Amino acid sequence: MKWTNLIALLLTSMMVAPVQADPEADRLALRDFYQQKFPDIDLAEFQNGVYAIDAKMREQWVEMEDFPPYEIAIDEGEALYNTPFANGKSYADCFGDDPGVKHNYPLFDQARGGVVTLEVAINNCRKENGEEALPWLVGELAEISSYMAYQSRGKSIDIKIESPEAVAAYAEGQQFYYTRRGQLNFDCSGCHQQQVGQNLRAERTSPTLGHATHWPVYRGRWQFVGNIQKRFQECNIQVRAVPFKAQSETYRNLEYFLTYMSNGMELNGPGSRR
Amino acid sequence: MLRVTESVNKVLLAVCVAAGLLLASGLATAQNADNSVDAELAERIKAGRAVFENRRKGNCLSCHLVIGSELPGNAGPPLIGMQARWPDRKALKAQVYDPTIANPNTIMPPYGLHRILTEEELDVLVDYVLSL
Repeated sequence: MKWTNLIALLLTSMMVAPVQADPEADRLALRDFYQQKFPDIDLAEFQNGVYAIDAKMREQWVEMEDFPPYEIAIDEGEALYNTPFANGKSYADCFGDDPGVKHNYPLFDQARGGVVTLEVAINNCRKENGEEALPWLVGELAEISSYMAYQSRGKSIDIKIESPEAVAAYAEGQQFYYTRRGQLNFDCSGCHQQQVGQNLRAERTSPTLGHATHWPVYRGRWQFVGNIQKRFQECNIQVRAVPFKAQSETYRNLEYFLTYMSNGMELNGPGSRR
Repeated sequence: MLRVTESVNKVLLAVCVAAGLLLASGLATAQNADNSVDAELAERIKAGRAVFENRRKGNCLSCHLVIGSELPGNAGPPLIGMQARWPDRKALKAQVYDPTIANPNTIMPPYGLHRILTEEELDVLVDYVLSL
C-alpha cells in the first residue's frame, strides 16, 4: 500500500470515528429550545414544572403549598435520618454534617463504574453499616430523600460529567430519552419537547427543563411521596411499555441525563403534583 | 258482447291491480334497502365513536378536538369536515393504521401496525371519523 493511500485511510477512519456526546452543548441547546418556545417565561421558573406555563393550574398548586402534602414525609425522613444505625454510626457519617447534598446527585462513581443516585447512595450507606437496604420507590427511602431534598432547597444542581465513562452513561440516558417505545410508540421528547404545553385531555405536558428539580414528589394520583424513578416507571406503563426495574442501569443513566439537563437550576423539592 | 267486455274489463282491472301491487312492493323493497343501509352505517358510526372515545382503545379525544366533546386535547388537529379532507377512505384508514409513514416525527400512535385496534375497530373508527 502506498503511503498516500495509508494517509487517506487514516483520515477516513478519523472522520467516521463516533462523535462523543457533548453534554454542555446539549444542555444549552435544550435551554434555547424552551426559551424560543416560551419567550415570555424566565427559564428559572421551569423548576415549577408545568405550573410555569399554566396560570390556572399554578393557582391551585400554590394554594396546595399552604399545607403541603409532602410535609409529613419530611418530618418522618428527618427522624429516620437522625436515628443511628445498630453499629452506632449514622447517615451523617456517609453524607457529612449537612444532609443537603441532593444537588450533587446523581454522580458518576468511577470506582463503582456507574451512576449513583441519591437513593443508591442512601442504601449503600445502610449496607456499609450493616443495615438492610430499603425498597427504592416509596416509603422510608422516599421519606429520607424528601428530608435531604428539603435540606437542599435553594442549592443549584451541580452534576459533573468528567470522564469518558461518565459521558457514555450520560449518552445512554440521552438515547433512552429520544427512543420511542411501547405500544403507543412515544419517546420522552415527543410529549415533553415536541408537544410541550399541549393539552392531553385535561393535562398539559411539562417541559424537560426542570424535570429534576423538585423530587421526591407527592403525587395526587399516587396519594403518597415517591421518587423520580417511580415516575419513570409510570411513564413507561402509560405508553404501554414494560417498565425497567427501579435503579436499574437504564433508569440511573436516564436520571443522570435528565438531571444534567437541569444543571444550574435551583432545587425546590420535595414537590407536589396532581 | 257485453259479457266479453265485462270479462276483458275484469282482466284489465286485475292486471292493473297486480301491476300496482307489484310496483308498490318493488318501491317498498327499495325503500327498505335504503333504510337498512342507513341503519347499518349508523350502527357502525356508533360503534366507531365508542372506539374513538374509549381510553383503552382509540383515546382519540386525548389529542383531537371533536365538536361537542368534553375536555378535548389539542396535540393533534381538530377533526372537522373530514369527508372533504379525506375523500379517499382507504387513505384515511392507512393514516390511522400507521401515521409515521406520512410523518416520521408524528406522536400519533400506529393504531393498526401496533395492534392497538383490530381491523374491525379500525373500520368502524374510520366510518365515525368520516361522519365528523
